[in-house]
Amino acid sequence: MVNVDVTPLPGIGTRQDFASKAGRRIGVVNHRDGRFDLIVSKVDDPDACTASIPLTPEEAGALANLLGSPQLVAALDEQQRDVTGISTKQLPIGPHSPFDGRTLGDTAMRTRTGVSIVAVVRAGTAHPSPGPEFNLAGGDLLVVVGTSEGLRKAAEILERG
Amino acid sequence: MHDTAISLVELGAIFFGLGVLGRFAWRIGISPIPLYLLGGLAFGQGGVIPLDGIHEFTELASEIGVVLLLLLLGLEYSAAELVTGLKRSWVSGLIDIVLNAAPGVAIAFLLGWGPVAALAMGGVTVVSSSGIIAKVLSDLGRLGNRETPTILAVLVFEDLTMAVYLPILTAVLAGATLLGGLTTVGIALVSVTVVLVVALRYGRFVSAIVDSPDPEVFLLRVLGVAMLVAGLASELQVSAAVGAFLLGIAISGSTAENATRMLTPLRDLFAALFFVVFGLNTNPAEIPPVLPAAIGLAVISAITKIVTGWFAARRAGVRPLGRARAGAALIARGEFSIVVAGLALASGAVPEQMASLATTYVLLMAIIGPVGARLVEPVVGWLRTLRHRTPKTV
Repeated sequence: MVNVDVTPLPGIGTRQDFASKAGRRIGVVNHRDGRFDLIVSKVDDPDACTASIPLTPEEAGALANLLGSPQLVAALDEQQRDVTGISTKQLPIGPHSPFDGRTLGDTAMRTRTGVSIVAVVRAGTAHPSPGPEFNLAGGDLLVVVGTSEGLRKAAEILERG
Repeated sequence: MHDTAISLVELGAIFFGLGVLGRFAWRIGISPIPLYLLGGLAFGQGGVIPLDGIHEFTELASEIGVVLLLLLLGLEYSAAELVTGLKRSWVSGLIDIVLNAAPGVAIAFLLGWGPVAALAMGGVTVVSSSGIIAKVLSDLGRLGNRETPTILAVLVFEDLTMAVYLPILTAVLAGATLLGGLTTVGIALVSVTVVLVVALRYGRFVSAIVDSPDPEVFLLRVLGVAMLVAGLASELQVSAAVGAFLLGIAISGSTAENATRMLTPLRDLFAALFFVVFGLNTNPAEIPPVLPAAIGLAVISAITKIVTGWFAARRAGVRPLGRARAGAALIARGEFSIVVAGLALASGAVPEQMASLATTYVLLMAIIGPVGARLVEPVVGWLRTLRHRTPKTV
């Protein structure tokens, strides 16, 4: 378990950070208006920050996805190791995807490629076993299980329709 | 041109000029407040361009500027933050007040201005500019630093102290008797306590009075309540500014956030006028005689702030470099020093030179503060190499 320290910053928001095993302080400054600053402490001066990177709520969500979902995929891979020829991949709904704003059923993924969509990761939260009525949005990550051929096709469909 | 046309042209010229100055200030990394003051000096008596016809408007606008400055300050803090801040940082806060009031009080006595001016000058040198400091910390990417909560806690303490100090100052300036003064202090303390309790327990009801889903209605309600409370506070001799500050504290949650978003542009507008008007009322010819005093005051009160920050950060377990950063960050004085000086001057109970001293002082501190905060790391690094090198050469 990682212990996250929450420090109020009166007039600004809160600072939430933890000390990593490598001895660096990592966390975010959470502004009142919803913006985030990603902060990483300096090596020689743990009180100061070497980086303080402003992120919009969307960017923060994307970063959380990047950090959070590989674990999910790793866990799924673990379960499917015994089944030969089957692998797990996460496929994004890109900004130009025709399925941004349409339902999962519209992709007809199972019929067209044989792959299964086992979860949708949105803003760092996984929605497991989404039904056909699930509304997709740009920035979602689909966790997809299938053959490598099916996964390749699925990626193409999500990109071009 | 007829009168209205002249007034509009003059106001337009002032606003546009301030806009240009403000852009220039942020470009070179300092607060626009000193430039607004300089703008006021240029327009005013003995200045480059004399202004007629808009005097009444600018005077009232600058009063509104003070009310909005303090209202927004109150909105920034929730009552819970203030109470925890008070519990956690009262030692540092008290040290801050004592150390930093001392230079102002001393200079007033040295110049022979008497105890009333000493009380006012103490206020001028105590209060750091939370506006400048928040901006500088954010610009320098120091919001995530360990010393930052300490800096903010000191600012919170100062602002709460203002809520008690301003009514006392108002009473003293009005020439109150001992009994009258004590009554005002009593009223001030009681109202601060009542507001904190009300805001903690029933903050949502206060918010409900002003809240509205319609932005226009919301703006009018918040402004209306702010002026009403400020006027009432002024009538009770608690000072309009304090009334607005306490109202800001009582409004909480999402209402406070919306109010902040909506009122910030208005605050910037009226506060800019407030600084200009203060500059207007300062005679540029009076600045050279007070310059040595202002420079001395700037140097000493910069040192006292560094000591304060150092001490406060050390209590929080921050290392020496961070302590130095905390101290340097606190140097900046700005809007509230001018608010205090403005209050004192409006009463006529202090010598007029105080206007030029306060203007010059804030001009210096609003520039030294951000520059000091930027330079502190290289300077400390340089001092360290110097210290490491000395044993070898000696």
